[in-house]
Amino acid sequence: MIATLKRSPALPAILGLVVLCAVFSAMRPAFFTPVNFANLLQQGAATTVIAMGLVFVLLLGEIDLSAGFASGVCAAILAVTLDQMSFPWYLSVGAAIATGVVIGFLLGFLVAKIGIPSFVVTLAAFLAFQGVALLLLEEGRNVSVRAPIILAIANKSMHPWIGWAFGATAVAAFAAVQLWSWYRRRAKGVTAVPLRLTALKVGALAVLVIVTVSILNQERSFNVRITSLKGVPIVVPIVVALLVLWTFILRRTAYGRHLYAVGGNREAARRAGINVDRIRISAFVICSAMAAVGGIIAASRGNSVDPNTGGSNVLLYAVGAAVIGGTSLFGGKGRVLDAVLGGLVVAVIDNGMSLLNYSSGIKFVVTGTVLLLAAGVDALSRKRNALGG
Amino acid sequence: MLEVRGINKSFGPVHVLRDVALTVRSGEVTALVGDNGAGKSTLVKCIGGIYPIDNGEILVDGKPVHIHSPRDAAGLGIEIVYQDLALCDNLDIVQNMFLGRERRRGIVLDEPSMEHLAEQTLASLSIRTVSSVRQAVASLSGGQRQTVAIAKAVLWNSRLVILDEPTAALGVAQTAQVLELVRRLADNGLAVVLISHNMNDVFAVSDRIAALYLGQMVAQVKTTEVTHAQVVELITSGKSGTIA
Repeated sequence: MIATLKRSPALPAILGLVVLCAVFSAMRPAFFTPVNFANLLQQGAATTVIAMGLVFVLLLGEIDLSAGFASGVCAAILAVTLDQMSFPWYLSVGAAIATGVVIGFLLGFLVAKIGIPSFVVTLAAFLAFQGVALLLLEEGRNVSVRAPIILAIANKSMHPWIGWAFGATAVAAFAAVQLWSWYRRRAKGVTAVPLRLTALKVGALAVLVIVTVSILNQERSFNVRITSLKGVPIVVPIVVALLVLWTFILRRTAYGRHLYAVGGNREAARRAGINVDRIRISAFVICSAMAAVGGIIAASRGNSVDPNTGGSNVLLYAVGAAVIGGTSLFGGKGRVLDAVLGGLVVAVIDNGMSLLNYSSGIKFVVTGTVLLLAAGVDALSRKRNALGG
Repeated sequence: MLEVRGINKSFGPVHVLRDVALTVRSGEVTALVGDNGAGKSTLVKCIGGIYPIDNGEILVDGKPVHIHSPRDAAGLGIEIVYQDLALCDNLDIVQNMFLGRERRRGIVLDEPSMEHLAEQTLASLSIRTVSSVRQAVASLSGGQRQTVAIAKAVLWNSRLVILDEPTAALGVAQTAQVLELVRRLADNGLAVVLISHNMNDVFAVSDRIAALYLGQMVAQVKTTEVTHAQVVELITSGKSGTIA
């Protein structure tokens, strides 16, 4: 069982989280409070969602440097359609995500069909999208987002009982899926994971859910008479739902399998009859569409959109989140869960160092160093595997 | 099982295959030999549907067929194991064996049934060198990879398996293992074409030898009726005494 844990690719990120939380809590007690915990989740959500999309592109051994500004452009579409065209919120969200899909298709087409390296395509797009955001927002205006539902995404929390119901559903669903797979494997007579291990996994998830929900359900308002603030932030179920959806697609469908195959050995995938171009384009589409979702969350969090939404450190934080979580920059290896774990690490570093009153300069240097460290571990483990044959 | 008649193939001005004829029988290993550039790989790729043929006929079980893509070839039960293996290192054995042809229940992959079939296939070939079918291919040795590649070809009820230099990169013990497997395929009733440079391999497992020389089929003989030296002569000069 220890061996299984040791082989888990999530281990470095989880250890990193524990150490970081311990250090920050010790240095600044304000870090380890329900209010900061909720803050941290809401701050990290946009980066995490963008990182989830990036996992798909990274799995192919490609990169999308424009994901940050793509999220900015989509957020600008959201804000402009809401504010100036008075779209209902769902149409604006649809327009933002559709923009992401179009962007992704364009990038994927240039990479897969024309054959320009993704680094160059997305570097060009990085600059161009910055310009598009400026144009959409008419030379840098700040457009407020006022739609209550959009604002609720990253600012409001669920009723405590809904939080518990959601947590219980998640644990029950996880247990059901594990048991069903165990039962099917037994029926086919192939070696199944021991039930003991399955029970342990379900138990661990249950403990995590109970601790998280009970912390978040505590009163976080500084003055209860003015307003009450408690419950699981609404972004949490959104991120969890996206995690489940993309994990299912990557792990349980032929499409996901083919994505790994193209990332592992493109020629082998082609010979197996897989439409490699279509897989590559689709990965960019998913990446940019997820960037759009990230942009919507960022717009909600910031209550507004300006030309710098999705700019500065957003892309680096997102790539960092995926790589810190254990997704390889060389393709073929990675999970959507990596983006969530890595996203938490990045959010903790960012949040903790802000509480310690470090300047942005130091924060950037530290985050950059952590990203390099994660990429170094990735490169070294790849080298070791190659030597081991 | 497979018959090829009068195939021509040119790449621009280069005439690679000239009126090539080849007959492959079920239950036999046919060794395809020839020097570098003789056209072995081109012939195989024509049969496998990767290159279109300029003219000529391909017959399966006596009926003319048209092969335009690897899918067509697979549909006729023809599988090719390429020299560079075409396995994905990051996937495990089961995932590689079913790549591009996954079994599903609805949209969900049917992992237990794929794993079960992979285990059965490996067992039917008496492959005992891999400990778990859930091992990543990256962790396998060269011989094990070749074994997996061959098992992948056999999985699809294929009737003709073409092996492109399966032992080229292997050590002595692993070569013996793979050759044993090649022999077993033929003994199980499959037609096997073995491309090889190594005369020891050719004489160890093949029933017939087909020799290509500068794009022409110069001889198709029974292995028992020729000597080592005669085959080498066929490969290097295109003729050997009375044979061609």
